[in-house]
Amino acid sequence: MVEEKRIALKNSGLIDPEDINDYIRVGGYDALKKALNGNPSSVIDELTKAGLRGRGGAGFPTGTKNLSTAATCTDCNKYVVCNADEGEPGTFKDRIIMETDPHILVEGMIIAGYGIGANQGYIYIRGEYYTSIERIKKAIEQAYSKNFLGEKILGSKFTFNLEIKLGAGSYLCGEELTLLESLEGKRGYPRIKPPFPAQKGLWGKPTLINNVETLANFPAIVLNGGKWYQSMGTEKSPGTKIFTISGDVKNSGHRELVLGAKLGDIINNVAGGTIDGKPWKAALLGGAAGTFVPYSFADVEMGYDKLKERGATLGSGAIIVIGSEKHLIPILQSILKFFKHESCGKCVPCRLGTSYLHEQSLLLNKKNSEDRKEILNSMLTQAQLIAKSSLCPLGQSPILPIQSIINHFSDALINE
Amino acid sequence: MNINIILNEFKPVKDNLLPILHGLQDNHPQNYLPDEALKATAKYLNISLSSVYGVVGYYTMFSRKPRGKYVVRFCTSPVCSLMGSGNVLDWFSQFLGIKVGETTPDGLFTLEGSECLGRCGKAPSMMINRDFYGNLTPEKIESIIHQLKNA
Repeated sequence: MVEEKRIALKNSGLIDPEDINDYIRVGGYDALKKALNGNPSSVIDELTKAGLRGRGGAGFPTGTKNLSTAATCTDCNKYVVCNADEGEPGTFKDRIIMETDPHILVEGMIIAGYGIGANQGYIYIRGEYYTSIERIKKAIEQAYSKNFLGEKILGSKFTFNLEIKLGAGSYLCGEELTLLESLEGKRGYPRIKPPFPAQKGLWGKPTLINNVETLANFPAIVLNGGKWYQSMGTEKSPGTKIFTISGDVKNSGHRELVLGAKLGDIINNVAGGTIDGKPWKAALLGGAAGTFVPYSFADVEMGYDKLKERGATLGSGAIIVIGSEKHLIPILQSILKFFKHESCGKCVPCRLGTSYLHEQSLLLNKKNSEDRKEILNSMLTQAQLIAKSSLCPLGQSPILPIQSIINHFSDALINE
Repeated sequence: MNINIILNEFKPVKDNLLPILHGLQDNHPQNYLPDEALKATAKYLNISLSSVYGVVGYYTMFSRKPRGKYVVRFCTSPVCSLMGSGNVLDWFSQFLGIKVGETTPDGLFTLEGSECLGRCGKAPSMMINRDFYGNLTPEKIESIIHQLKNA
């Protein structure tokens, strides 16, 4: 069964995204009012009880992240940053939220700021998302006009200001520490971790960085309580997730589902099955920095831990379906071209390694099956070395698609 | 384009560098960042010119070369590739008579390849300036280009 449950998308398509009154009419900013009437720590308590995990892809417990940012210091400048630099291939959920319900994100940001004791927030949006940028800009202006933003919000002692910052075409800036560099007006080069942003983030101050979808869940969790949220989904992966389904399916698009839905049901029931009606050859879960799975995974429950048990990832919630007639080598090549293009060049293993992997994958075009085996083995070894020696998650990513495609599809790769 | 009018829309702090560069580029009829704009930006923010060049060179949306009135960002990312963007882009490139990265002699179109534009549900897809177009076929592109030429 696939159970649709709209939390982050609860207003999507039902209200005018450019009118704050429409958002208020459906209960918008009630969660902020409720939060302001309680202690900041109760916001974080509810997030922790909810068991919400980061929806950007890494799945880190949100409550823990909020708590550690709040606890770093009590009387210092802190920041809340929203990561809206969505760029993982196959992923477009954050765009949908920002285009159709920008206020839910703005409200989530203000609540996050109240929870950790920050007075300034930034939403870092990728430069190509023009509609998102316009809608969020308008939403911020409207929120100021109603005193949901600004000084002494709604008569409380809490002050919170919010600004938009723009990316300019760099996948890597979606990595949280790189995003901070870019937000400070620099080249998007990753920083060395630790220190984590919770200790030393924007301009060296404690910074909470959350994804758009993560923040869009905050208002409902504050209003209904963490227990309510936690009661949905699976034990280790509570709540809902927006899945974006693309590739060789009849109805590509997005849908917010209770976590734990079976992959096969999502592809068949939500996306209408494959275009040619035949069983799909593969699905790429989580985008380019994700994992390939075969048709035998149709019964896998889509949640962080169930997928991990079987060597796969949920990631950003992207499900890219590859039809029975498609060849896998060009897809692998396209993924490796992507990493080569997006490597920032700061650290040598990633700069040289991603180029090497792409070149090796191109050799698969010509070689016979024995040679292909050898090339794939060499790619696997190299990708492991790159993952171990790279500075940031970009260099650590190519191993995911390479390892999983070899695990499940080595025969197809050698013979296609 | 009056560089100073655009600069003055932003507070002179370094974290406004990217928004400023977007503003300058978007307001240039040839969609690029001429050297004089970069020099003025460095001076306005009181930062070195090299750090401005460093930022411009890093981000793919910025260009130091004049571009067409219409900048096409054609998605070549994994999902669009899976859905046949390679053949459509080859056709498009021939149709315009330019290679990817070039501008048509009449100064109207610059054809660029792009990584994922977040429109994977409508692959193959592209953006032309601020507008998005999906489910692309040669016929569809031909009519879009025709409309823009006559706009």
